[in-house]
Parts: sequence; structure tokens; C-alpha cells
Amino acid sequence: MASSSNRLGVDIGGTFTDVVLETQGGQFSTKVLTTYAAPEDAILDGMGQVCAKGGVTPGDIGQIIHGTTLATNALIERRGAKTALITTEGFRDVIEMRTESRFEQYDLNLTLPEPLLPRERRFTVPGRVDATGAVLVDLPRAEVEAVVERIAEGGFESVAVGLIHSYLNPAHERLVREVLRARLPDVSISISSDVSPQMREYERFNTVVANAYIKPLMASYLGRLEDRLRGEGVDCPVFLMHSGGGIISIGDAAEFPVRLVESGPAGGAVFAAHIAGRHGLSKVLSFDMGGTTAKICLIKDQTPKTSRVFEVARTYRFKKGSGMPISIPVIDMVEIGAGGGSLAHVDAMRQIRVGPESAGSEPGPACYGRGGARPAVTDADLVLGKLDPENFAGGTISLSPAASEDALRAQIGETLEMEASEAAFGVAEVVDENMANAARVHAVENGEDLSDYTMIAFGGAAPLHAGRLCEKLGIARCLVPPGAGVGSAIGFLRAPFSFEANRSVYMRLKAFDADRIKALLAELQAEATGFVRSCDAQAPILSEFKVYMRYSGQGWEIPIPLTEAQAMAPDAGTFQRRFEEEYTKLFARIVAGMDIEITVWAVNATTPPTPPDALANVAATGAAAADGARPLFDPAEAAFTQAATISRPALQRGQIAQGPAVIVEDETTIIVPTSREAMCLGDGCIDVRLRPATDGAAP
Amino acid sequence: MSQSNVAYQIMWNRLISVVEEQAQALVRTAFSTSVREAGDLSAGVYDREGQMLAQAVTGTPGHVNAMADAVAHFIRRIGRETMYDGDVYITNDPWEGTGHLHDITMVTPSFYNNELVGFFACTAHIVDIGGRGFGADAQSVYEEGLYIPILKFADRGKVDETLTRIIRGNVREPDQLIGDIYALATCNEIGHRRLVDMMEEFGLRDLDGIAAFILDNSRRATLDAINALPRTSAEGSMTMDGFDTPITLKVNVRVEQDRIVTDFAGTSGVDKKGINCPLVYTKAYACYALKVAIAPEIPNNAASLAPFEVTAPEGTIVNALHPAPVALRHIVGHFVPDAVFDAFDKIVPGLVPAEGAGCLCNFQVSLRPRTDAPAPPDARRAEVLTFNSGGSGARPGHDGMNATAFPSGVMTMPIEATEHAGPVIIWRKELRPDSGGAGKMRGGLGQYMDVGAREGHEFDIQAMFDRGDHPARGRRGGAAGAQTRIAQDDGTPMRLKGKQFVAHGRRVEMAFPGGAGYGDPSERAPEQVKRDLARGYISAEAAARDYGLSADDIAEVEALVRRGETL
Repeated sequence: MASSSNRLGVDIGGTFTDVVLETQGGQFSTKVLTTYAAPEDAILDGMGQVCAKGGVTPGDIGQIIHGTTLATNALIERRGAKTALITTEGFRDVIEMRTESRFEQYDLNLTLPEPLLPRERRFTVPGRVDATGAVLVDLPRAEVEAVVERIAEGGFESVAVGLIHSYLNPAHERLVREVLRARLPDVSISISSDVSPQMREYERFNTVVANAYIKPLMASYLGRLEDRLRGEGVDCPVFLMHSGGGIISIGDAAEFPVRLVESGPAGGAVFAAHIAGRHGLSKVLSFDMGGTTAKICLIKDQTPKTSRVFEVARTYRFKKGSGMPISIPVIDMVEIGAGGGSLAHVDAMRQIRVGPESAGSEPGPACYGRGGARPAVTDADLVLGKLDPENFAGGTISLSPAASEDALRAQIGETLEMEASEAAFGVAEVVDENMANAARVHAVENGEDLSDYTMIAFGGAAPLHAGRLCEKLGIARCLVPPGAGVGSAIGFLRAPFSFEANRSVYMRLKAFDADRIKALLAELQAEATGFVRSCDAQAPILSEFKVYMRYSGQGWEIPIPLTEAQAMAPDAGTFQRRFEEEYTKLFARIVAGMDIEITVWAVNATTPPTPPDALANVAATGAAAADGARPLFDPAEAAFTQAATISRPALQRGQIAQGPAVIVEDETTIIVPTSREAMCLGDGCIDVRLRPATDGAAP
Repeated sequence: MSQSNVAYQIMWNRLISVVEEQAQALVRTAFSTSVREAGDLSAGVYDREGQMLAQAVTGTPGHVNAMADAVAHFIRRIGRETMYDGDVYITNDPWEGTGHLHDITMVTPSFYNNELVGFFACTAHIVDIGGRGFGADAQSVYEEGLYIPILKFADRGKVDETLTRIIRGNVREPDQLIGDIYALATCNEIGHRRLVDMMEEFGLRDLDGIAAFILDNSRRATLDAINALPRTSAEGSMTMDGFDTPITLKVNVRVEQDRIVTDFAGTSGVDKKGINCPLVYTKAYACYALKVAIAPEIPNNAASLAPFEVTAPEGTIVNALHPAPVALRHIVGHFVPDAVFDAFDKIVPGLVPAEGAGCLCNFQVSLRPRTDAPAPPDARRAEVLTFNSGGSGARPGHDGMNATAFPSGVMTMPIEATEHAGPVIIWRKELRPDSGGAGKMRGGLGQYMDVGAREGHEFDIQAMFDRGDHPARGRRGGAAGAQTRIAQDDGTPMRLKGKQFVAHGRRVEMAFPGGAGYGDPSERAPEQVKRDLARGYISAEAAARDYGLSADDIAEVEALVRRGETL
């Protein structure tokens, strides 16, 4: 019998599908290899495993929450539907011309990424709306019908509609949709004023094209998944994690699949936010490092920061501008090519460079002994004593330190006249510095100072590097939660139902129109609430109001959260005060005497967040028992030291391990630098923190 | 290599990220569309002697050498003994800054423990500086706008109010300009704070050690790249429309031990109109052309730029002296790489591209209520500047890039943003078929743009185009790109340069140039010809005429496209 206390979280990643089951009896998890041809196979496999572990049947599951990289991968690998775009006459090439610039200025052989739809699949119709939303040129139905006839002849499966200024006036886009539906009832349709009603045509058109491109694929996958789950006896609703960190119904996910892009990392941020809640932390830096990339996200007041645009499928060394912009509500994170498999080399300036190229799982880092000759971050970690060669991934892979040393010497040491250990130090320092720089830039862009933040580290490689990253960023404390290896899937189970509706409408504070604002916000609130209500008929729904403002004449707006009272009784003076507060935080000083304008309005409807579970406070009970010792390189001291090794399962609540120490578990290893100590907390989190001051004398 | 070398490696990375952050802060806080949408800016950090240590990659090559030289001018003019913590300096001197009055350069000395340890500098292109407005019509720099010599904008933290009042009183959009000046000051401040953090973290008292590390490694890498070239010299040239009379750039590129000398002897003299180029800007693009060809991975700094020496006789259009008008110096400057490549291709064949559109296809419209009949009450005045690009030249192994800026590094503005900036309507902005020069590798396509005004408005358009009579030339048998065209929708002819009136209800129709082809078109792979035809990059006529595609093949491609298939 389905019970609401049995919940299943499923995260399909690039390599593994993580499945987590929570019952009253506890939490059960597994990792199975992702099955690309039929991703639902891995889900059923994993579900079977965790149900067996938890002693329940699929029919007992009360709720399934699912996140997936399938949407992202379909965009990266160009495996979408046969799709056409209908756009405004004179603007056929917007998605191809991009910003008319080169994202790398020092490459004569630069090639720009191909648009998702080549030119012959882009059609135009007359009709024109101006920057006030007024119709400049009518769109005759007959003209639309003629274009739709060509689309019929072309046998397209999906159609995107993106017209100039449609975010202000969607009438023409709706007319095109109506004609398409009448003539081609089986064709999937996406219109930009529904998918992403935002100013800036390149981003909006690209977003609606991406949505149309993956819509048939995702709708078919989600339909199959539901059928297969029913076949296994599952009798509960299935929800999807979206990129903004909330969950939506399977129907909305099939309609707006572009919102599923990066839903896995979003789950990771929700996971970290939940840990933050349990520990009462208001400023958290979540650090998720896997095999290929590292993701860094700021979480204030237990809420991940969100943004309205991000870039997917970067084609050139993760370089900004080399992918395609998607404008949807998204958890704001930086992702850089820094993971355990990232490869190192020496460039013409004799500088060590790491990533974004990755060794992947085949051949893998040199130490895997599968033919990899180039040193990866994991090789450096091994040589520096961070990893135990006989106890990696629960002992399933035996690592060869000699192979790591050879690769480091040949590729780095010979050029720079370094020993293997010094080369390893260089590689680890460079990758840590790359991540620290990404975190710093992200913090500064958000007006934050990281020194009073707490880090939460998860993902296979993060606990190896978190301690050094904290030293570089001046962060005093880092938590490594239990279940870090399947953090995203756990995060899905903590996410609220939520949906953000937003609209571009310009208004200067000089021309503040309170009635219009009230009407607009009420409309957005109704739209967002409707989505959430379709998922949960009972729960209370909270509304979060946000406007984006700037000095009139600037091009980049900053987000200004408003209280419900501020939003419901809008007042120009309050808006100005809130803007100046946020602007000062970001850029130090306001520019007096300038007019201010509002550009985007957003309402996020959400069910209340899962309340943090109670945390048993634990007093320090004494020193952890070491089961051995090994040499560990300490970068802050620039020397090898002797570090205690401790098994994480053996570490009792309240026990403290002094750095330098190595805490080993199956999925990862936690490095405690000399400057820190680690204590096991009441919920099993390992708290890696600065040692108390001891008058300068190290114990 | 000692331990501290790992630390220096980290610090070098850090400085590059500091200047990147400095540039991002400028984009986020700037008011001019040229800065915030198009990225026409630069940011850098310098040692105590004014040697540039790192420069942001955000921005455009036009500022590269100019920025590297600028701080030395500030040190000389202000004097070290009168520099204080909290000072901010300013100039828009075309010869000591970055080439025209529309670029504001600001420099902030960086003090650490009361010692001057270095400088931060940044530059941005602002939309208006008064005078005749942004355009080529001036006869001398005096007409081009307000001149701000190197002086203190802020003295020990106190802003010079007299200066800001003078600036406000001399420009068309005072709020926007003052806002931009504050944005420039803010971005240096953010760079300074991050530098102090780094010095504390690594326990540095000055930048001497890290500066030597950066400059030594950069110099060695640059010299390795230069000394790997054949020790020879070659001549190159290219000709452009100019304002009224054609201009020819002549160049000699000479590879020597430890340096490359680029000399412009024989180049046309200064023009009467404002398309002249100060030597700083010529140096920037000559150096960019060589650096992108032979040493693209080496970051820009004093040592990596120094071996690229650039000389030109005084009074040539590439070394225009005060008081020559220089507002549109970018037109000549953007053609410098084509001239340099013409010579360099003879030194190292098969590396550099064919000629491209060259200069950006920019125009500014000055809109106002119609004067030929009563204007509606909501009609208004506005200045709207747009940056646009033609096609780039084909490369030895790749087609040219469609509608993409080269050598400039700026972006275009979204038309939806442009239409919010004033009562302008962009009716068309799309690729121009058949404009890329034919070749084994095809030149990049140019673009069409049609511009008009909202009901009730008329406007002046300030045209800044070239390649009307001098299309991009192909290399190794590649054909020329298409030429620039401009006319009104009723057929009224227009000039490619200068301010011109457009009456109520009329539109300006522009076709921007394509890049040239590389290699013999008959060697182009047939599947690429078919793909170009399917996409409409080339017409059926061009496919047959330029590439010899048969009528059957053309019919087959057309049928495929009708069935919705791609090639």
C-alpha cells in the first residue's frame, strides 16, 4: 500500500544513476550505471535494489522525485527532434549570429558553435510588435498558413515560435500556435512568450528552440517511465526536479523540458541548503566536485541563489560564450572543468595548467593502470598521500602510485625540473586555485565576502580538496555530510514544489504605477500558484516576490527581493531604498541623482521547505582512534607530514581527529589539513574546522 | 624550481583573475551601451614602474598596447611624489590614452602599508563626449569634443567637483558619462582590494618578485615564438575607401633576432576628416595581428608585447599627430591586421586568413521629433549607437565566420535592447547570402540591416562604413567578399561615411560586407557547396557560377530542403 512516508529520489547522471529510498526505517541508497538507450532501465534496477534493502515493494512508494541530465545531454549531443523555428521576417538568423563576437580572441582558427537549427529549418512570417508592445505591422493569418504548409511538407516533429518583442505582446505567437494546431495536431509546439518571456531576442529564441528540440524526446521518455513504473506496481505520482531547485508535475515537465536542464546539480544545492538548515547556517558555500567538473553555489539563509540565464553545452574549454544561453529560472552556480579526472600539462609559459580536458573513466588517470599516460588530479592526490592506493572506491580499484609518479615526472617534472612530488603539489595547487578563483569571482559578483561562510562539500572528489580550498578562501569551517556520494538524489527529497513566473515590463520610478504593478504581480502570482497547485492540492503555498532594477541607462539589472507587504502595497520610495541597499552591497557606492527603473518582475510560488530535522547536539568526547598513519603532503606547510588514518564508520559522534589526518570511507576520503581538526557531529556530518588558537604553539 | 615558484604560478593566475573581475565590475555598472552590451573596454594591473603585468581578456584588442603604454604617461604627468592613497586619475587624450576622445582611461595608484606598490587602469568607450558627436565630420580634434588632459579626478578620495561640472556642461548625456566615470573608478577600486588580499595571503610587501616572474616567463615564451620564425622580411599593403579619397596602408614586417619590426613607411598621409589613427592604436592592432598568429597563448603584458615593435613616419594616417581629427580612428585601425597579414603570409604561408570585413559596421542615429509636420506629443530626442559586423576572412582550414567581429573584440547589442534605448526601429538584421567570397574555404557572410524611426520621428544617421569600393581580397585563388551598400528604401543614394538626414517615414537599407575566400573555389568540397546552398548561404546561381554545381545537384538539394532534411 502506497505510504507518504516512503519516498524515492532518482538522479540520472552522466555515469551513474543514483537512487535513494527514505522510509520510516531509514535511508537506503544505491548507484547503478546509467543506461543511455533506455534510462528507465537503470531506475527500475536501482528501485528494485533499494526496495529490497528497505523491505518495501514498489507499490508501497508514496512519491517519486526525479532529476536527470537527459535534457542537458540531448542538447550537448544534438539528439533532439526534427525541429523548425518560425520567427519574425528580417530576423531569421538571430540564433546563428549570436552576439557577433568571438568568445576567444586569440585563436585564428576559432569555430563558432552551430545553432541547434540550421538555417533551412528557420522560417519567417511578417508582423511586427514594437518596444512598447504595440503592433506596428499586422500578421495576416493567410501568411501564417502558407508557412505552416511548408512545415507540413517538411515533416517536422516539433516547432518553436519566437517573434520580436513577444514578451511584451504574445498575440502574434499565439496566432501562429493556433494555425499550427489546426493544421498539424500531432506536432509539438513551443512559443517563446510561454517558455521564456524575457527581453533580449537571442536568449529568448534560443531557449524556445531548445525547449522544442528536446520536447518530443523528453515527453516520450517520461511517458515510458510512467508506464514502466506502473508495470512494477508503482501507484504514486512522479514529479520532476527543475533547474530552479523546485519540483513540478510530470505534465509540466513534458511541456517545458528545458526547465529540467541541470536539475541534478540543482538537487545538490538543495541538499546543501537542507544541511545548512539543520545546522542553522545562514551563509553557505556548496562545493560539489566529481570526476569532470566542480560546481560552486552560494546559499544564503538556507536558500540557493537563483538567476535568470545560464549557458549550456559550452564547446570550448568551458569558456563563457561558447555554449548556448538558456533564460529560465535556475540555481545560480559556477561550473568549471575541475574534477578528479582533469588532466594537467605545462604550457608555453612554463605554467602548469589543469583541465578542462578530462581522462574520464577510460583510460582514466594514470594510476588506474588502464593506459592513461597523462597525469590527472587523482594522480596528484595519490602521490601527495591523500588517497590510499589499496582502498580506493571501497577497494574496488587498485591504484598505482608508480604510474602516477611516472606521468607527473614525464609531463610536468621534466620541463619544470621538479620531482614527482613537487609536480603533484603544483597540480593540486593549480586545480585548487582554479576552484578558489571561481568561488571568489562568483562571490564578488554577488557582493559577498566568503570569510564568514561555511563550506558544505559533497561529490566524490570534494572532500579531498575542501580543506585546502577553505585555507585559500579564508573559510573556517567545512561540513562533509553523510551520503555525500548521492547528495543530489537526497536533495530531490528535500525540494519544495515551486514554480517561478516572470515577465519583462519596463517601468521607471519616475513613472511608478502602483495599480499596474499590483495587477501584474497578482497575475504572476496566479500563474505560479497554478503550477504548484497542480502538484499538491492541499499544502499552503508561499509567494516570493522579486524585481530586477537598475539605473536607467545601465544594461544589467540586480535582483531585489521584496516582502509580500512591499509587493502588495507598492511604493516608489520603498523600491528606491531597497535598490540602493542592494546596489551599495554589490558596488560599494550609489550613483546619486540618477533615475532608476524596474525591468523584470518575478513571483516564485512554493510549498514551505522541508523543516530541518532536529540535530542532536554532541559534546566533544575525546580523540578519534587512528587505525594507522601515512605520509601526507600539507600544501600550507609545503612539506610531507605524518597523518593519522581513521575509518569514517568507526568515527563516533563527538570524537575529534586532529589534523593532519585522513578520514576514509567507501565513496570518498576526507583530508584534514594540519591547520584543522575534524569532529563527528550528531547527524554524522564531519565538521572540518580551524583548530582553536594555541598561542602559536602547535600541539 | 623552488617552492616559491609554485606560489608565483598561483599569483600569476590570481592577477589574471583580478583584472577579469575588474572588467566584469565595469560591464555591470556601466551606462553606455558600448561598454555594457558591446564590451568596448579594457582593464589591467601594473607594477610600480608602470609595466603592465596582466590585462583582462574581456574587452577588445584596440586597447592592448595603448593600455600598456598609458600608465607611464600618468606617472610622468602626475609625478610619483604627488600620488596618494585614494587618488584616481583620468584622461581621454587620444595620444596618451587609447586613440580618441571617446575613450576615457582612468588610473588608480595602489598603496599597501603606505607604499605605492602598483597601479590599476581601465578604459571604456563612451557614447558621447560633446563636440560634433561621434563621427568623421570634424576637421580637427578640437571639434570632436571635450578634451580632458591627464589630471586627478579624485585627490585622496575627494572627487574634483569643478572637473565634474565642466564635464557635465560639455556633453549631451551628462548623467550617462558621469555614471560611466564612476563605474571606471569603482572597477579599479575592486581590483585594488583583491590585490591587497593577495599580498596579505602570500605575505608580499611589494610586487617586485611576482612582476619579475611574470615578465621573465612571458619574455622567454615570446622570444621562443619569434625566434622560431624564418629570419626574413616582407612587404604588404591594402587599400580602403577612406572618407573622400582612398587610403593605402603599406607595411614592412621584418623578423629579427628577439624582435619583429613592423614599419608603415609609404602609407597614405593624414586625412582631412576624423578617420586618422594615432600610433598607439596602430600599434595595438599591428601587434594583435602578429600575436594572434604566432603567440596566441601568451597573456598580454609589458614583456610579451615589447618584442613587437611598430614604427610609422609622422603624419601618415597611422601616425596622426595632434591636432588631427581622430574620432573614427577604429576604421583605419581595424584594417591594420589585413595589411600586416598580407606581409606575414609571405613570411609564413598558410597561417593567416584572407581579408575580412575589417572595420566594424557601426552607425549612430540621432532621433528627434519630425520637423516637416506637427510631431506627436510623445516624440523625443535620443542618441542610439550600434555595433555590427560583416563577415571575417576565410582561414586556410576553415570558412570565415558569418557576421562576426574581427579583429575587433566587441559584441553587437540585442535589437530589443536597442529599441528600448530610443524611438528607433530595426526592421532587419540577418545574414546576407552570396556575400562571402568564393573559395576552397568560403569567406564569412556579411549582414543586412534596415533602420527607421517610430512614427513621428526623423533622424540623422552617422555612417561609419568602408569597403564600398574596396572589397575584401581573397588569398590563393579565393574570390573577394561582397561590397558594402547603403541607400534609402525609396532608392535615395547615401554615402558610406558621414552624417546624413533621413526624413520621416523613410528607412535606411544597408548591406554589410562579406569576408574573402581562401583557395580556388573549384577545390571546395561538393558537400560543403551543397550544404551552403541548402542553408541559403549561397544562391542556386552562385552555386552554379562559382562552384560549378550541376542543375541536377541543385534540384536535389532544393528537394531535400523541401522535405525538411539537412545536409
